[in-house]
Amino acid sequence: MNQVYIDNSGASRGSLKSYVVGFILSIVLTVIPFALVMSGAFSRSAVMFGIFGAAIVQILVHLHYFLHLDTSSAMRWNVMALVFALLVIILFVGGTLWIMYHLHYRMMI
Amino acid sequence: MTADTSTIDSVHSAEFEHSDPLTNQAFGFWIYLMTDLVLFAAIFATFAVVGRNYAGGPTGKELFDLGYLFVETMVLLFSSATCGLAALALHNDRKAFVLMGLVLTFLLGFGFIGMEIYEFYHLVLDGNGPQRSAFLSAFFTLVGTHGSHVACGLIWIAVMVGQVAAKGLTASVRSRLMRLSMFWHFLDIVWIGVYTIVYLMGVI
Repeated sequence: MNQVYIDNSGASRGSLKSYVVGFILSIVLTVIPFALVMSGAFSRSAVMFGIFGAAIVQILVHLHYFLHLDTSSAMRWNVMALVFALLVIILFVGGTLWIMYHLHYRMMI
Repeated sequence: MTADTSTIDSVHSAEFEHSDPLTNQAFGFWIYLMTDLVLFAAIFATFAVVGRNYAGGPTGKELFDLGYLFVETMVLLFSSATCGLAALALHNDRKAFVLMGLVLTFLLGFGFIGMEIYEFYHLVLDGNGPQRSAFLSAFFTLVGTHGSHVACGLIWIAVMVGQVAAKGLTASVRSRLMRLSMFWHFLDIVWIGVYTIVYLMGVI
């Protein structure tokens, strides 16, 4: 009976394959930004683009392969909660940065 | 009228198809993780605002050792993988492997915290504590909050090792282990943000 419950639930649904794939992808996506910054061979904007791209992809890899978040009906409300949290965070962080940099700009004059 | 009611009922039964105690507990814990994410977002926002105010003190470029940080990041990533293996062993009812996975996760997590405390200790020893500049205040708040979460996770892992050893893989132990693995993977996700925004951006 417990087994049935576990099968339906989020964190324990993975297979060995999904963990191995997620782990290898995570290592690659960690090495890339460190190599970009440590080599010092690229322009600042290219490095910024690279490290943020790698971070976003790695977060998605973790969510998919380690937390097993997907579009299945079992995970629908988890995804909803995440989307709502992201909305709050975008308003929160974006609003803070907007106001504070604007204030900073006006104080400079 | 009758037809409408039956439609609503069928929609409801489809939505709550998977509602059982374990799934509900996992979902409740997921909601907690989302609120924790908002907490981290607030600290990230603070860091983004004051992270370049050095007050004449050292910058990230002078303080951070990326090689050291890379090892630290890899240690946490490996602990996430061993935690995943413990969850997999749980799925297959292999108690010995669950214990092994948890102990490995604990040791790697402990190594991560040890490296972080060593870094903090040397920063403070060199006079670069949180009181030195706004940048360092925000740095210690953000990295310290993540570190204290990991430390709480370590206590949780230690308790679960005891529970698995003493009680075996009962329904309630399984449910707790599932939430523990969600918590641990979540901390690794937050760490991706920390090393990208605090360390890598601080150095370039």
